[in-house]
Amino acid sequence: IIKYFGSIPRRVKIVEVGPRDGLQNEKTIVPAETKIRLIDMLSDSGLSVIEATSFVSPKWVPQMADQMEVMKGIRRKPGVSYPVLTPNLKGFQAAVEAGASEVAIFGAASELFSKKNINCSVEESLQRFEQVMVAAKAAGVPVRGYVSCVLGCPYEGKVAPAKVAKVAKRLYSMGCYEISLGDTIGVGTPGGMSEMLEAVSKVVPVGALAVHCHDTYGQALANILVALQMGVSVVDSSVGGLGGCPYAQGASGNVATEDVVYMLHGLGIQTGVDLPKLMDAGAFICHSLNRRTSSKVSQATHCKL
Amino acid sequence: MQNVKDSLLHCHRLDKPIFRRGSGNDPLISFQSLGAHEYPEFVKIVEVGPRDGLQNEKEIVPTEVKVQLIDRLSDTGLSVIEATSFVSSKWVPQMADHTEVLQGIRKSPNVRYPVLTPNMHGFQNALAAGATEVAVFGSASETFSRKNINCSIDESMLRFEEVLNAAKDQQIPVRGYVSCALGCPHEGPIDPSKVTEVAKRLYEMGCYEVSLGDTVGVGTPGSMAAMLRSVTREVPCRALAVHCHDTYGQALANILTALQMGVCVVDSAVAGLGGCPYAQGSSGNVSTEDVLYMLHGMGIQTGVDLSKMIAVGDFICHSLNRKTNSRVAQARGSQL
Repeated sequence: IIKYFGSIPRRVKIVEVGPRDGLQNEKTIVPAETKIRLIDMLSDSGLSVIEATSFVSPKWVPQMADQMEVMKGIRRKPGVSYPVLTPNLKGFQAAVEAGASEVAIFGAASELFSKKNINCSVEESLQRFEQVMVAAKAAGVPVRGYVSCVLGCPYEGKVAPAKVAKVAKRLYSMGCYEISLGDTIGVGTPGGMSEMLEAVSKVVPVGALAVHCHDTYGQALANILVALQMGVSVVDSSVGGLGGCPYAQGASGNVATEDVVYMLHGLGIQTGVDLPKLMDAGAFICHSLNRRTSSKVSQATHCKL
Repeated sequence: MQNVKDSLLHCHRLDKPIFRRGSGNDPLISFQSLGAHEYPEFVKIVEVGPRDGLQNEKEIVPTEVKVQLIDRLSDTGLSVIEATSFVSSKWVPQMADHTEVLQGIRKSPNVRYPVLTPNMHGFQNALAAGATEVAVFGSASETFSRKNINCSIDESMLRFEEVLNAAKDQQIPVRGYVSCALGCPHEGPIDPSKVTEVAKRLYEMGCYEVSLGDTVGVGTPGSMAAMLRSVTREVPCRALAVHCHDTYGQALANILTALQMGVCVVDSAVAGLGGCPYAQGSSGNVSTEDVLYMLHGMGIQTGVDLSKMIAVGDFICHSLNRKTNSRVAQARGSQL
């Protein structure tokens, strides 16, 4: 029996990952100018955190090759944070040089995934991150930690909640102010989500947790609901549901911010987000990518009644 | 394969959720329960693809394909498959072949094949065609009732009473539907008390089960909880079902909420067939495959084989020359 006390937060912070996680997983390369425009539109929609880009090598992630240009080109709205991914010290230094004032690091709860994705073991990756943490502390830059494969791994299959908790705890103790728990391939269901959160919230305060759900199997909103019921108040999502799943070709990836906001507002939860403006940003980027939105709310709203 | 009749087990009843607008850091909804969310051990899926699904597909599907669809569904472990609708073909051309379909399908011994019957005329035709279970469709919205079936809610209830009386004589079970349970395309938000009124009426008339439909998919877990809280005061939750549309992507979250509140019957359509007539181009019914994935992932039994369901979805989408709406089917490498 899964025991937990449900209490849905009054306010939820949305962490918009469209410009990074979303675009990173889109086949079409978009010019820096388009990325900048997207981020600026998102800044105007009331979001308080917009993940802007990733300081990884362009060899690995060509979509993020224009990281400097994007970082320098965006309009920084006061009160909005623009974190960037930094896989190692080198990336961190480049990010700071480009003006980043918040960064994020990515751990995995699965050994195989870590090896295949970033070519080292989980332990080795955590050691790299320690270096980043030291530098970040010295520079006064807050760091967000991600844990991927929290509800399943494309290689290992089932992932033990204890393993997720171990990695989350490590990132938190290292100094990450928030840990985002990612259902990387979207295989999780509400039971698994509860079980995993129960394990993690024993070692990391629930106020420092976020969920990053993929909608590959349509389970994202149900999983997010369960997370909210367990007191999680930070949700990652991607405008237009940008970003397919690299492990299931043709399938969807990130959950659409519009659909999450629709649910949260329907629950009476405040987000600060203006849904119509958000949908405008979604329409803009989908048009630029020449693709249909993955957001059902956008699909329904733009249809004639 | 499980026998559904034995199975509708304990619909766990949670303590009622409290939905209040507090101030400060009060939770808006707190499930003051035992400290655990308990879910039903078994959920009955009512497959509405062949009726609700196809009814809302533009392309007219040949009888042969409908029959094949239903026959394939009969082999997936489903215990209820809504086969067709005895409405006038003037209104719903897709269902013009209702008699041929009902007479053409292979009736599996473990499966029931309810059909829609809007009035006595439809009921008699259904009976003549061999129907052994029927369904009637009420609405929680006056405007929707008038626009959809050309009469007020009260008038529709009188028609249904006729059907219920005739059905009782023939020992034909009747399922009741309440549409617009979480919102109406014309009226907007719908008061839960109205849904309760209609649901109660249908139940007391003799419907063995009442399916509460979020017809335009606008509902969210909050409105679902509030509506169910109201309805379960008058109709036992074991006699309730939810029929969620996924037009705004909210269906699975709404279904989860319903399960948490003790509902254990869920309507869905294979491949998410059936768009929304009120929001052209958007989705309608929630996909059976996606519902199954969630339920099975939670350890809830349904008796239905997901792989077989995905295969049926492939078949009907291929026949309709359209893509599936099921995310599970897309992820599992559906060719469509």
